[in-house]
Amino acid sequence: MAVIDLANPTRFLRIVDRILPWLIAATVALFAVGLYRALNAPDDYQQGATVRIMFLHVPAAWLGMFGWALMSVAALGTLVWRHPLADVSGKAVAPIGAAFTFICLVTGSLWGRPTWGTYWVWDARLTSMLVLLLLYLGVLALYWTAEEPGRGARAAAILSLVGAVNLPIIKFSVDWWNTLHQPASVFRISGSTIDPSLLTPLLIMALAFTLLFVSLHLAVMRNEILRRRIRSMQLMQAQEVHA
Amino acid sequence: MNPLAAILMRDMRLAVRVGGGAFMGALFFLIVITMTPFAVGPDLALLARIGPAILWLGALLASLLALDRLFATDHDDGSLDLLMMGEVPLELTVATKALAHWLTTGLPLVVIAPLLGLMLNVDLHALGWLTLTLAAGTPALTFIGLVGAALSVALRRGGLLLAVLVLPLTVPVLIFGVAAANAAIAGPTPFGPAFTILCALSLASLVLGPIAATAALRHGLE
Amino acid sequence: MNLGPHADFIVAAYAVTLFVVTALIAWVLLDYSAQRRILGDLEERGVTRRSQRKG
Repeated sequence: MAVIDLANPTRFLRIVDRILPWLIAATVALFAVGLYRALNAPDDYQQGATVRIMFLHVPAAWLGMFGWALMSVAALGTLVWRHPLADVSGKAVAPIGAAFTFICLVTGSLWGRPTWGTYWVWDARLTSMLVLLLLYLGVLALYWTAEEPGRGARAAAILSLVGAVNLPIIKFSVDWWNTLHQPASVFRISGSTIDPSLLTPLLIMALAFTLLFVSLHLAVMRNEILRRRIRSMQLMQAQEVHA
Repeated sequence: MNPLAAILMRDMRLAVRVGGGAFMGALFFLIVITMTPFAVGPDLALLARIGPAILWLGALLASLLALDRLFATDHDDGSLDLLMMGEVPLELTVATKALAHWLTTGLPLVVIAPLLGLMLNVDLHALGWLTLTLAAGTPALTFIGLVGAALSVALRRGGLLLAVLVLPLTVPVLIFGVAAANAAIAGPTPFGPAFTILCALSLASLVLGPIAATAALRHGLE
Repeated sequence: MNLGPHADFIVAAYAVTLFVVTALIAWVLLDYSAQRRILGDLEERGVTRRSQRKG
C-alpha cells in the first residue's frame, strides 16, 4: 500500500480503527515483559539499583529525538510533496515528542541526584535535551496561537525543518561548551559498554515505548482529522444559514 | 536606483526616524548592563569575570526585542504584500531588510559595547576582541531571528512567541561568542577556533535565514 | 526486589513516567470521545459532509 493511498482521510481512519487495537495489545505485552526484565535486572557495579532508571531515560531520549525527525519528514511532506495528511502527522507528533523529552529530563534529573549528587547538572546530553524541549515548546506554541489550522501547520513545518538543521549544530556546540567547562567529566550515563544483562531489558523497553509512541501518534492523528471534519461541517452549516 | 538599494535606504531611514526604534536596542543594552551590578553586586572582580557573558546576553536580548519591527510595520500597512509580489526574488528582499535591520539595530550594540565593557571592568586589552566577537556574532542573531519574525508575522502574534521560537536557535551563537570573548581575556583556549566557528555560523545564517524566512512568509501569508 | 539505598529516586522516576504517559493517554481518549460526540450531534441535526452529499 503506497503512502499516497493513505492520503484519503476516510480510508486512513478505517485503517487506524482496524490496527490500533492490535498495536495497543502489542504495546501492553511488551511493557509487561520489559518491566519485569527491567525491575529484575542486576545492579550495575557503578550505579547500583538506580540503573533501572536508565530503562526509562534512554528510550525517552531516543523517542524525543525520533519525534523531531518524524516532524521534519512530515514537514517535507507538507511543504514539498503536499501530502494531505502530512501536516496532521506532524501536528500529532509534537505533543508526544515533547512529553517523551520531558520524561527524559525528569528521569535524568532523578538519576543524577543519587549518582552525581545534584538534581540538575549541565552536562552535554541533558543540556541538549533541554534545548530540544524548548524547540518542541516553540512548535507547540505555534500550533496553539494559530487561528487557522492550515497556517499554523505550515509555520510549524518550517520551524521543524529549521530545528532539524539547527539541532546537530546545537548538539555540537553544547558538547564543545561542556568539554570547555568540565574537562574532567567522566559522567557517562550508560557506561562505555552495556552488559548484555542490561542491554536486553533496555531494548525491550525501547521497543515497548516505540510502539506506545506509534499508537499515540495514530490516535492523535485520528482526533485531528475528526476535529478538522467538524470544523468544515460547522463552516458549511454557517454558510447555509446565510444562503 | 537598484531596487535592493532602495529597500535598504528605505528601511534604514524608517528605522532612524521617530518611532523607528533604531537606537532603542542600544538603550536597552545600556539599561541591562546597568542593572546587572544591582543583581550580582558591585564586586569588580566578579563583574570582570562575567562581563563578556553579560554583554553577550544583553546584546542577544536587545537584538531579540527589536526583531518584530522587521516585518510587522510592513505587514500592517500592506507594503509587505507589495514586496512579495515584486520582481526581485523575495529571498534577496528579505536579506536586504535584515541587513538594514542589523545596520540600525545590531551595529549600535557593537559600537557601544566597549563603553559598557568598561562599566563591567572588562580587561581593556580584551575589549577589542570582545567587540570583534559581537561584530561577528550579531549578524547571526539578526538573520536567525529573521526566521522567527517571519513565522510570527504570518500568525499575527508578536512579542514573546518570537522570543520562544528564536532563542533556542541562537544557543550555538551565544556559546561560541562568549567562548571567543573569554578566550581573548583569560586563555588558555585560543581565540581562533571559537571565533572562526562564530563567523561560520554568521555566514551560514546569512544564507539559510532568508531562505527559511521567505518560505515562512510565502506559506504563512498565502 | 531490593531497590537499594536510592529506592525513592527509582520509584519517583517510574511514577513520573507513568503519570506523563497516563496523562497523554487520557488526553487522547477524552479528546476522541468529545470529537465523536460533537460529530454525532452534527449528524443528528442533519449537517452532512460534502462527500456524503454527492452520494
